[in-house]
Amino acid sequence: MSDTLDHPRSPLTAKDWAADMEVRWCPGCGDYAILKAVLKTVTDLGLDPDRTAFISGIGCASRFPYYVESYGFHTIHGRAATIATGAKLARPELDVWVVSGDGDSLSIGGNHLLHLVRRNLDLVYLLFNNQIYGLTKGQASPTSRLGQVTPSTPEGSIDQPVHAGSFVLGAGATFYARVPDVAQAQLVEVMKQAHDHRGTGFVEILQNCIVYNDGAFAEVTGKATAPERQLWCKAGEPLLYAGGRKGLRFDPAAFDLVPFTVGEDGFEVSDAVVHDPTNRRLAQMLAARDDVLAMGVVFQTDAPTLDGLHHARRPAAKEDLQALLEGRETWVVA
Amino acid sequence: MNAEHGTARALVVRFAGDSGDGIQVTGGRYSAAAALTGADLATFPDFPAEIRAPAGTTYGVSAYQVQLGRDLVRTAGDLVDVLVALNPAALKVNLEEMQPGGVIILDQSAFTERNLKKAGYAVDPSTDGSLAGFRVVALDIQKLTQAAVKEAGVSAREAARSRNFWTLGLILWLTGGDVAATRSWIERRFEQDIAAANRLALEAGHAFGETAELGRIEPILGVAGSPLPPGRYRSINGADALCLGLVTGAKLAGLELLYGSYPITPATSMLHTLAKLGAYGCDVFQAEDEIAAIGVALGASYAGKLGVTGTSGPGMALKTEMLGLAIAAELPLVVVNAQRGGPSTGLPTKTEQSDLFQATLGRNADAPLPVVAASSPGDAFDCAIEAIRIAVTHMTPVILLTDGYLANASEPWRVPELESLPPITRPDPAGRSPYQHDPETLSRPWIPAGTKGGRHRIGGLERADGSGAVSYDPANHQRMTELRQARVQKIADFLPRVVLEVGEPGDDLLLLGWGSTKGAMAQAAAELRAEGLKVAHLHLRHLAPFAHDLEALLASFGRVLACEMNMGQLAFLLRGHYGRPVAALTKVSGRPFQVREIKQRARQELTGALGAVA
Repeated sequence: MSDTLDHPRSPLTAKDWAADMEVRWCPGCGDYAILKAVLKTVTDLGLDPDRTAFISGIGCASRFPYYVESYGFHTIHGRAATIATGAKLARPELDVWVVSGDGDSLSIGGNHLLHLVRRNLDLVYLLFNNQIYGLTKGQASPTSRLGQVTPSTPEGSIDQPVHAGSFVLGAGATFYARVPDVAQAQLVEVMKQAHDHRGTGFVEILQNCIVYNDGAFAEVTGKATAPERQLWCKAGEPLLYAGGRKGLRFDPAAFDLVPFTVGEDGFEVSDAVVHDPTNRRLAQMLAARDDVLAMGVVFQTDAPTLDGLHHARRPAAKEDLQALLEGRETWVVA
Repeated sequence: MNAEHGTARALVVRFAGDSGDGIQVTGGRYSAAAALTGADLATFPDFPAEIRAPAGTTYGVSAYQVQLGRDLVRTAGDLVDVLVALNPAALKVNLEEMQPGGVIILDQSAFTERNLKKAGYAVDPSTDGSLAGFRVVALDIQKLTQAAVKEAGVSAREAARSRNFWTLGLILWLTGGDVAATRSWIERRFEQDIAAANRLALEAGHAFGETAELGRIEPILGVAGSPLPPGRYRSINGADALCLGLVTGAKLAGLELLYGSYPITPATSMLHTLAKLGAYGCDVFQAEDEIAAIGVALGASYAGKLGVTGTSGPGMALKTEMLGLAIAAELPLVVVNAQRGGPSTGLPTKTEQSDLFQATLGRNADAPLPVVAASSPGDAFDCAIEAIRIAVTHMTPVILLTDGYLANASEPWRVPELESLPPITRPDPAGRSPYQHDPETLSRPWIPAGTKGGRHRIGGLERADGSGAVSYDPANHQRMTELRQARVQKIADFLPRVVLEVGEPGDDLLLLGWGSTKGAMAQAAAELRAEGLKVAHLHLRHLAPFAHDLEALLASFGRVLACEMNMGQLAFLLRGHYGRPVAALTKVSGRPFQVREIKQRARQELTGALGAVA
């Protein structure tokens, strides 16, 4: 076992990346699809499992590291971001992937997510958003919708839900993407981009909890309704959805994006806002919508990473520890 | 002054004034000047939690006490021989601890009607005879300083700020010292005109003593010789010594260090010191909160650096869950707790030893970990190395306890020779499974994330002994819980024998302590022994696990009295461990023990045990 990380990339298959461990999610859980996509992503990227670490908090999503044949650390509730920060600072060459759920990231771990994102640590952050606490049997989470009836909110949730995208963009995220768990190909593609992004590649995955919140995204992902609810962002292209029949235009009076139908009320394709993934204001407007959900890479910009700055700033090593111990003023007792 | 035949062997000086008066600097520089003459000394900085507490108030008084001696000095002293009071409030709160016949130096300029009222004086105590038992030197220090610094050309406000250096000059003269060392420090420390003003004030204060024919109080600084063992010395406080110990320990173990921390009094000084030591393999990370601070440290250990975090009581409470994870995952980690008065926010700048239960027991479930406590500023260096040694050889989080008093107090420290320090050998993980426990230490190998060929999964869920798979098997959890207990107990196999500081096994009374109470306890035991009483003193560095031979040693004494700045936590732990009676002398006033307090209680114990003792 050598300490060096200078090992060559190996041609591995997705099977090689699967840990020899019984996967314990509920049958039909969206997590299976995400696991499959992640294994394909790391395989396609040709990553080295010996220099890759999956780090998670607590919750269904956070069991993830046990199932990947790399380094893995299943930590404590909400704190994965802190452990990941320490690991990345200690070993910048380490390819770090944080896996976390909506309760883990946006409730108990909200503070750490805020700071991880603003520091722009160079890692991938996968948020499995199923809008429910699954592992504790179905309580309302910070992304649960208003009025949602759960064992902890029998009269319906009265907490305003948080948009994960709005939160991280507000904290200064340099990369925000969103994908539903069922969009396997796009999920792989987006995760590759998140990995190649220098900084925190934050990916919100809409994940179905089949036991406690089944169908939370049925409309968003259902065959018939999906076109009306998903808008795939492409840099330099107009923000269109519903097969190009609808779009989002900027309404100066509302100071917001508003939907329109092409050819109605005098609006044409040319009225749709052209997507610029480097525009944080635009990304904020997209992330805050509940009607049509922006998918794909909503925002991406270049910024220095914390790990980069941290190591760049480190002073040149001094060897003379003895002189340090002695300090500036010493005297001799004979 | 403890003077015999006119030659004092020790002197206690206390500087006191508003928290903006530069009292801590004055005391620190006086101590440094005294140390350079070869005197032994111990200091007690004592300041309010407010950065600039309202001027003139009793609760805003900042003080710095130092005992210097030509014999070994163990404490900052019980009673004050020389008090410098820069305002009425400083006089009021310190008068109670004056040595009868001691010297009080007052700055008359501050004894205004308004200040007297703020301090709660109806009449000026310097004129109403209430200081009759002392030798009072009342001077208009403000005016004298302003006159002295005129040629520096600084503003009146700046000139007034040099008052502390004028006072320092005077005290140096009164106690037989010179200004050379302080003068060169001022030149290094301050910008041109401020440096000039401070230097002029210092020299003027010193010259005033001479020309005003005040008469030297006690020329202890002018006496030759030193009670200290030969060697190269520097002055150091507990926080700095601990930081140097961390850096040195990491080097001895061949590791780099990552210190994660969140600002909290009195632990913050470690953050400041370590932030300057990047060139010595120390990374510092200021985290968003206490939990992140320990999380970052644990993450660093996970990836192969030595993770260290430092905090004080309330911060410790927040770190508890992460400690449990470090125990479950069996990763090395050092957690420093600079204890302060509590509960809750409590007394941020005052000292206490009340986090012993928290350190040894304060986690959910059976979650044992080793606890080490430093007993003096210099000992903090050794304890930091010891904490690192235990953490990396036994793969466990270690709690290192210091306290607010230790962190701030300073003493002459014989600088260790690096070559003389034994290296910390880490177990070789080669060829071992990450989940396999070494039979000698019961520890698993440390295989940092990123190590070629070592990949594995670990976490807070219970894992199967040997395979590392998640396991809810009842027998396995029983075994793993026992293993975690045994693993910490095993550390005792590697501990040195406990050695009495003072006295012999079988004495009538054992004074048992831990942490910063050591000086006062050793002094008390030595003085009682000099009276012919059979009193011993033992000071524990390892509070979990206890050394194997502790039980037999305790059993040899007629009585055991634990002296602690808490409500009796060590006494409680020992009673539970050994089923033996242990009495407790407790103090939670935010101030360290005085020698006389310990002696008084020790006498009572002996009386109770042996009948009347003279």
